[in-house]
Amino acid sequence: MERLTFRHATKAPLVGRKPLAITGVVASGNLEVLLERTLPPDACTVEIETPVHGYGDVWEAVVADFVARAQPGGLRITINDGGARPDTVSLRLLQGARLMEG
Amino acid sequence: MSHWRREQAERDARIAAGRTHASGKVVPAGRAVDLLEAILRPGDRVCLEGDNQKQADCLARALSLCDPAKVHDLHMVQSGIVLPEHLDIFEQGIAKRLDYSYSGPQGGRIARMLFGGQIELGAVHTYLELFARYFVDLTPQVALIAGVSADREGNLYTGPNTEDTPTVVEATAFKNGVVVAQVNEILDRVPRVDIPGDRIDFVVEADRPFYVEPLFTRDPAAMTETQILMAMMAIKGIYAEYGIRRLNHGIGFGTAAIELLLPTYAEKLGLKGQIATHWALNPHPTLIPAIESGWVRQVHCFGSEVGMDRYIRERPDVFFTGADGSLRSNRAFCQTAGLYACDLFIGSTLQIDLMGHSSTVTQSRVAGFGGAPNMGSDPHGRRHPSDTWMKAGREAQTVGDPALMRGRKLVVQIVETFGDKLVPAFVERLDALELARKIGLELAPVMVYADDVTHIVTEEGIANLLLCRTLDEREQAIRGVAGYTEVGRGRDRAMVESLRARGIVRRPEDLGIEPLDADRSLLAAKSIKDLVHWSGGLYDPPARFRNW
Repeated sequence: MERLTFRHATKAPLVGRKPLAITGVVASGNLEVLLERTLPPDACTVEIETPVHGYGDVWEAVVADFVARAQPGGLRITINDGGARPDTVSLRLLQGARLMEG
Repeated sequence: MSHWRREQAERDARIAAGRTHASGKVVPAGRAVDLLEAILRPGDRVCLEGDNQKQADCLARALSLCDPAKVHDLHMVQSGIVLPEHLDIFEQGIAKRLDYSYSGPQGGRIARMLFGGQIELGAVHTYLELFARYFVDLTPQVALIAGVSADREGNLYTGPNTEDTPTVVEATAFKNGVVVAQVNEILDRVPRVDIPGDRIDFVVEADRPFYVEPLFTRDPAAMTETQILMAMMAIKGIYAEYGIRRLNHGIGFGTAAIELLLPTYAEKLGLKGQIATHWALNPHPTLIPAIESGWVRQVHCFGSEVGMDRYIRERPDVFFTGADGSLRSNRAFCQTAGLYACDLFIGSTLQIDLMGHSSTVTQSRVAGFGGAPNMGSDPHGRRHPSDTWMKAGREAQTVGDPALMRGRKLVVQIVETFGDKLVPAFVERLDALELARKIGLELAPVMVYADDVTHIVTEEGIANLLLCRTLDEREQAIRGVAGYTEVGRGRDRAMVESLRARGIVRRPEDLGIEPLDADRSLLAAKSIKDLVHWSGGLYDPPARFRNW
């Protein structure tokens, strides 16, 4: 298992009030994303546990693009990865953010 | 006196030798080895029918049991290298030289044997190209083919999987060759005559029905949101924009997703009757919902598909069927249809480079081409216009007299940026080039050359290569849809944004598509069982796809 943590400053808190959401499943090629509204509104962290080693720079790019797009201020995001492709990670993160907005 | 009938005399001698093992034309399976040893001569060019789907497997086993002292150094000219026996005969010394098209399931072994020098390779062809050579410089002396049934005169019923048979027989029988057909059964009267008996010299009653691979069955249950998103983009950004009615699909999940979105997503866009009406396509089970919803006018097939026979029989307005009611397929004609009468080919690949060249060859596998390079090429012999073709031509035209503009076929690669095991689909250099160097191929096995590709669709967007005006623009357009691969992350962001402003790179949001809407609920069928329901119980999927 490889553990990765990314911290980002955000311009605004994510809209909505939902305190917690979970999306996806831990399965081969998939991932589980837990989102909690527990951080200050100008911060977002993403913690990842992945069985696939050596893709830190790809994760970094995927997370940075997600933060720029969704501005998920206030979220602590935890990922249990099952070897998902970057596009699946990206999709699950956006799905998670949408759930939190609801 | 000159000798103008040497080949005929040779053919007569072979047939006379073979007759000693036959009763009339009929040979029992147990005598097949004797028959082959009697009719084959060292160095013969032999077509052992190995098609994309059906296999003359009984004759393949018999050939591999021949005595290499009697039968050796054969030159095999066949489209598919599919069965283990197709390669065993090279290890045994029975065969020496090979010209072929496709080697999907044997891709790894054929690469090792090429590298080890056990096979003298002529070339890897497209289907149509190999068929063409059957009539010029690769005419078989002996053809070993497969049919469903025959009568004692040799009249042959090929059944729905006619595939390559008429082409192989035409080239062999009319140029002094010997044709041996294996059949599942011998009948007094065949359901329909696909090959007339005077072109068949021997009929072997096989010990078991010939093998057919269900190559075109894609289980909707395995379709991902990413594939659905790509299918949505292709429909809205390409099919709708160019008004594509006449088309061919590859065998991947991305194109299967398009088929399943026609009666749902495309219907909502109001595209029914405007797109995807006429097809050169195998009978894909995933096309059933579109057919049942009235989207599809007609389909001509290369071959059949396991389990689709009853459904096809009940839909003769859509499919080409014979007097007996079953499908008539024909690979050579359907390839020609795909080349000249279709405005779009869309398929997947394993590697795309920075210019858009693509290949399914990796360092350890030579999968061959099949029909893709033919379907996926712009035919310079085309002379009939269509709105789609002319629009693509206008986009590509940069210089010259507009009155002399020719159209362009749309050749679309639809790929996920990462394949299985996180292997990137976008690369700086194709593995095919390294393989060509390693095994000494004069021509690198490129599937679709860059100058034929018009669009690349990934989950990140669509790159329209027709609109690129410089090689630099082309490279950045490709990088601009290459996602998080190294090629994608190596993009010039400012330049990609300027390409986006010109509509050369289009994101889902540029097309009015919300990625989060790419949901499995959009699929007209979510499982094989759903497809069976859509077909009114006529589709009979193979056991391995039945999981209920």
